[in-house]
Amino acid sequence: MNNTNLYHYILGIADNSLILGQRMGELCGHGPSLETDIACTNISLDLFGQVRSYYQYAAKIANDGRTEDDIAMLRKERDYVNVLLAEQPNTDFAYTMARHFLFDVYHFLFLTELQKSKDLTLAAIATKSLKEVSYHQRFSTDWIKRLGDGTEESHQKMQNAINDMWTYTDELFHQTDADKAMFAEGIGVDVTKLKAVYYDKVNAILEEATLSIPESKYFQKGGKKGIHTEHMGFLLTELQYMQRAYPNMEW
Amino acid sequence: MSTKNWPLWEVFVRSKNGLEHRHFGSLHAADAEMALENARDVYTRRNEGVSIWVVESKNITASNPEHNGEMFEPAQDKVYRHPTFYELPDEVKYM
Repeated sequence: MNNTNLYHYILGIADNSLILGQRMGELCGHGPSLETDIACTNISLDLFGQVRSYYQYAAKIANDGRTEDDIAMLRKERDYVNVLLAEQPNTDFAYTMARHFLFDVYHFLFLTELQKSKDLTLAAIATKSLKEVSYHQRFSTDWIKRLGDGTEESHQKMQNAINDMWTYTDELFHQTDADKAMFAEGIGVDVTKLKAVYYDKVNAILEEATLSIPESKYFQKGGKKGIHTEHMGFLLTELQYMQRAYPNMEW
Repeated sequence: MSTKNWPLWEVFVRSKNGLEHRHFGSLHAADAEMALENARDVYTRRNEGVSIWVVESKNITASNPEHNGEMFEPAQDKVYRHPTFYELPDEVKYM
């Protein structure tokens, strides 16, 4: 492979959407209401659509005979480099929305910057995805406000979810080696620069939702290096089941 | 989360600019904003629309089917109310 950094950089973006998309897809048929069920599944399909563009590009860069499907479905847990936030389970709808919201705000800022990439493929994927992600952000923000500023019970559930998800937010702004190399080449985004805007935005919305940022200063990390939480293995088992049980199966 | 207390909304979608909004169906939502978002997700995910209206179902006044006799039957035998007795020039299309 002539451009290992670019390959890893693409995976760093794509794996977040794949794993988060899988989480949202789990709600298909299990959403809290018919309407939210369809909404979550739509979001999942948006993310999978984005993921295809990224993995097709990654397959082209890797140029080792693997297809987009191989890259998406046949890696081992340690080879996935999504952030820990994306893999956290749908404990309840408040958790689902808290996770999504905390990712969406980041995702929106990230793609806005990625549009300026010198790599025209990545810039084009970013521009196309941004409209979808704008809606995701609108949807999750809306639910944060509704549940946060809702009943006493919904407020408590939402605050619990934010408290538990918060520890995974810092990792969003950690730079990998591939990140640094790609930023130096004008292809990648400097995620460390997004952090201040991110926290301002999240803080403003949480305040409006009568919620607060937890005081804990301890943050989890590891996903970007392939070191995942215990939930990841279960998620992959389900995601990869068909290809593992029936190798090379096609629809 | 229970949706049993969420009111029902009627959804109208304009499929193209220039066409009228048409009734697409109904759904549950806590308020108008949520109804719009739900309508977007339920009814326009396959590129069906460019504009959505939502109206809470209780705000629609409907005719009573029991009164169909007096409401609609008198119109059945009055074909002369259709403009079918004019000679239309061939140049006038789509009438």
